[in-house]
Amino acid sequence: MSADDVSLKRRQALQDGPVQRLERMMEIRRVEESVLELFNDGYVRGSTHLAIGQEAVAVGLAAAARPTDMVACTYRGHGTALALGLPPEAVIGEICGRQVGCTDGLGGSMHLVEPDVGLLPTFAIVGAGIPVATGAALTAWVRGTDDAAVAVFGDGTANIGAFHESLNMAATMKLPVVFLCENNLYGEYSRIDRTTPVADIADRAAAYAMPGVVVDGQDVDAVTAAIGEALARARAGEGPTLVEAKTYRYSGHSRTDAGAYRPDGELDQWKQRDPIELGTARLLESGIATQEDVAALEASVAERVQAAVDIVLASPHPDETEILRHVLAPANR
Amino acid sequence: MTTTRLRVRQAVLQALHDELESDPDVVLIGEDIAAAGGVFKATEGLVDTFGPKRVIDTPISEMGFLGAAVGAAATGLKPVVEMMFIEFIGVALDQLTTQAARFRYLSRGRVTVPLVVRGSAGAGLGFGAQHSQMLDHWFRGNAGLKVCVVSNAQNAYGLLRSAIRDPDPVVVLEPRVLYGERQELVVGEEGIVPLGKARTVREGGDVTVVTAGAMVPVVEQAAALMSDTSVEIVDLQTLVPWDTDTVVASTASTGRLVVVEEGPWTGGWSNDVAAHVSSELFGRLRAPVARVTCPDAPIPHSGPLEARYLPSPEYVAEQTTRLITTGRAPLPWWAEEEKVQ
Ligand SMILES: Cc1ncc(C[n+]2csc(CCOP(=O)(O)OP(=O)(O)O)c2C)c(N)n1
Ligand SMILES: [Mg+2]
Repeated sequence: MSADDVSLKRRQALQDGPVQRLERMMEIRRVEESVLELFNDGYVRGSTHLAIGQEAVAVGLAAAARPTDMVACTYRGHGTALALGLPPEAVIGEICGRQVGCTDGLGGSMHLVEPDVGLLPTFAIVGAGIPVATGAALTAWVRGTDDAAVAVFGDGTANIGAFHESLNMAATMKLPVVFLCENNLYGEYSRIDRTTPVADIADRAAAYAMPGVVVDGQDVDAVTAAIGEALARARAGEGPTLVEAKTYRYSGHSRTDAGAYRPDGELDQWKQRDPIELGTARLLESGIATQEDVAALEASVAERVQAAVDIVLASPHPDETEILRHVLAPANR
Repeated sequence: MTTTRLRVRQAVLQALHDELESDPDVVLIGEDIAAAGGVFKATEGLVDTFGPKRVIDTPISEMGFLGAAVGAAATGLKPVVEMMFIEFIGVALDQLTTQAARFRYLSRGRVTVPLVVRGSAGAGLGFGAQHSQMLDHWFRGNAGLKVCVVSNAQNAYGLLRSAIRDPDPVVVLEPRVLYGERQELVVGEEGIVPLGKARTVREGGDVTVVTAGAMVPVVEQAAALMSDTSVEIVDLQTLVPWDTDTVVASTASTGRLVVVEEGPWTGGWSNDVAAHVSSELFGRLRAPVARVTCPDAPIPHSGPLEARYLPSPEYVAEQTTRLITTGRAPLPWWAEEEKVQ
């Protein structure tokens, strides 16, 4: 099986049901925890932006979208990449700059990719993915397919020009794109109320005459439904939707940031509504899974992620000749 | 003369402090520079001393705040804009290169833009292809704009103070690999480093190596490896306008020139230096001008690859020695690999 077959299979597994979606959220959390450990142990160079606490948005998106719907996502994209289908070793390997990584270790934490499950190279420049997702929607529109595109970005990014230009253009042309804002209340070290005069980014949809939807970003089912509806609108030719998922990042902005700028108690309050705990409680209540099932899931996830870490640490760094490959098409040099 | 021991980032902080203190028109603008003190801690505490009208936090809106700084500069203030990573100016470049750098000319000297953009730049820390570039070539070639590159705490302090006092827009690039480097430096008026002047780091007789930024310490280490060769090192400090006199005089005395640049082979400032010196000293050089640069490729994340991508002391020493022993400019490593294949 080639790497992209694995990703596609993992993506399709999310359609099997709520247990698989819970399992994927657990996997994302475990991978992020491992990344932090690897970072602290000196295996990760540069920066790394964790999405612990935001797992339901990633999995909800991947459950709602098709593998042929292109997704433009950010540097805080480990979880989204895993949700869309990339296996843990491709993500962790990339973060550690190893050959087994999804860009052979050339990109690093902020640059994950797997076009076969819809993941464009992730964007490390704030807002850069929003017009690109709009362009992916343009392709679908020109070709008349019923694919759609999704731009994933943060609350802070709603203040950059590209956001406004893209929403206007997509709405005017009725392009099949969903603008998915992960509002985790902070852009780097600034709380949203210090940089943005509206509390709901979704309010900005009105300026571009498109629906603006607020959804509980800690509830994977709610996210799946909201994005599913927006995608259905897009495919039906009704144009873009701005979906705002209210969520929270448990860690600081990046690697060394402890998040000291956050008010006391805020993190604990959000942990009361942890997406994995909420998802687990729902499965138990509805009788879909037992405590033992959940424990078994946790164990298998931990084992899988540990195996991935082992694969990564055994994987070499890429060969020097890779520096000059893929700069341009071979015939173009 | 006052001296003190500071890291590069602290020298930047000191320069900003001293200019804020001496000129009420100086204001700082940028993302997370006030309450958080800057991602690289180069503005730490300044808002407490000078208040939120002098040290201004912004939304993530580079075009908005860089453009606002241009407008503020055109109407009397002296804004210093922080670009956390110099790449971020990509979303705002028009305001600098096409607006700010044109005001003086288009108003026949009546509307001027005393603006400074300072940003962290360069590779070496594994930040990958979108957070590791020098990008000085985005700014060079725009008449009306000056560009300098910091290589130690002294010129981090001194160039920034000059840039803030300069009547025209100036870009100051701060290699982020150097932020933690510590040095005894002169502060106060005597610590100011003029724009447009190179610095002779070390004198020598066999070869001149012209460089800038984070390559300065690399070239110093290279010179230490070449124990049989007497290397003169010139740190350009300002890329636009660059100090042709110092470079030509040094090369005239050694007869050989190697230019070491952190940047791609194509379009770098080392080409300008090589072209200028080659024509000025035609017939008086003992060897052709050699260049040592990075390859024309995006910057790889993986550690060993990024290390290969950047000129190392060993590589600089090897290329310089080859120039001296063969009298010919050596091919860069990637061109040799192609030939071998
Ligand atoms: C154009 C640009 N400006 C600034 C940055 C630095 N930066 C990276 S992430 C970030 C905060 C983004 O906040 P938000 O959109 O809320 O996303 P989050 O990090 O919370 O997921 C900033 C300012 C950047 N990468 N690109
Ligand atoms: Mg945010």
